[in-house]
Amino acid sequence: MKKQLLRLTVNGQEYELYISPKTLLVEVIRDHIGLTGTKRGCETVSCGACTVMIEDMAVKSCSILAVQAEGRHITTVEGLEKNGKLAPMQKAFLDHGSYQCGFCTAGMLMSCEALLKENPAPTKDEIREGIEGNICRCTGYNSIVRAVEAVAKGNYKEE
Amino acid sequence: MIHDFTYLKPGTLREALSMLADHKDECKVICGGQSLLIVMRQGLLVTDYLIDIKGLKELSYINYDEKEGFKIGATTTHRTIETSEMIEQKCPVLVAVEKRLASIQVRNWGTIGGNLAHGDSSGDLAPTLIALDAKIKLSSAKGSRTIPLEEFYTGLFETALNKDELVVEIQIPPLRAKTATAYKKFNLIENDQAIVGVAAAVTIDQKGACKDARVVLSNAGVTPIRAKNAEKVLIGKKLADTLLVKAGEAASGDAGPVSDIHGSEEYRRHLVKVLTKRMVEQAWDQATHS
Repeated sequence: MKKQLLRLTVNGQEYELYISPKTLLVEVIRDHIGLTGTKRGCETVSCGACTVMIEDMAVKSCSILAVQAEGRHITTVEGLEKNGKLAPMQKAFLDHGSYQCGFCTAGMLMSCEALLKENPAPTKDEIREGIEGNICRCTGYNSIVRAVEAVAKGNYKEE
Repeated sequence: MIHDFTYLKPGTLREALSMLADHKDECKVICGGQSLLIVMRQGLLVTDYLIDIKGLKELSYINYDEKEGFKIGATTTHRTIETSEMIEQKCPVLVAVEKRLASIQVRNWGTIGGNLAHGDSSGDLAPTLIALDAKIKLSSAKGSRTIPLEEFYTGLFETALNKDELVVEIQIPPLRAKTATAYKKFNLIENDQAIVGVAAAVTIDQKGACKDARVVLSNAGVTPIRAKNAEKVLIGKKLADTLLVKAGEAASGDAGPVSDIHGSEEYRRHLVKVLTKRMVEQAWDQATHS
């Protein structure tokens, strides 16, 4: 099938790629651009491991055609750190032990980031709603909620 | 593995309808793709052409008018509906349903038109909108027609959409006085798809009796089902526990559920009975205090 040109920006960097239109956004991010922080999990829009942000909106990159992201600004987990320093949310996850196996972490971080961009001071329930689309099978939800609360309180500053 | 297709991206509705007319026998329309890409990946859907209408901004709108009610464009996202103050104020049940629909990520990208056109009988929006007496506007290059949403669903993942037609708008009439609508789905994981869902709309008269009722079932058959016998039980009666039980039993009889991994037919009929009772009671109570 004929490949076509796709232009998009990932973590502030512009990319021009030639892809088959059936390529999923997660495939472009992982296989074409080489950013493997974003995970392929269930691939049925259920688990949230593939969550990235389009503009400031959390979406599941396993269920979006890459061509639908034409011209958009994508942020993946690699885009959270600034100048080699971890972002507040990443530091909070480390301090609160908000992961065990780590497979859900990239997606969780992106959902939590998107939540705070929309609602900088969420309640516990709102945080839980914010990560409703992300499944953690090590059952680390409480520590994730605590990490987000700590960031929202301003306990972590951007370096 | 998704099969190859030729990707078409119309810039306007007019262009989209002309592409549909040109490729009507060999194309499929994608919007948010939150349901479609799953079945494409499973190989259940193979198409030569994929027409992507996600970028059609002219179909992304929520308009309200006291006389005509809501008109919601097909490419409006779930999240836009969920966060609309106008909808919260005039049609709160829709916001409540959206909040429990899949996940934020899906609601950010998925659209109302795509959800309805997919024709999954376990959806939440279709039964709720049918209870609200909504209509759906379908357009082709030849013109447009508007039909009751209830008539849109014809079979398992089958709709009344002709091959050259596109869902362009959902219309919800203004809520009548002393009317309320409630929806609840039963599932094991919150926000997951319904094992069974029930939407109930109740209008009461000045004496407090039921003037009109609509009971619509989700995932209790191959399409959303109007439980007309349950409605008949309710209309003209005053609220009583025995009435609610009778309505639940009638709805259970109206249902035509299948047995699957999520629940047996018998279990689903039981859920319909219980949820109908609860939703009618809730809608009745809200209508009384409206």
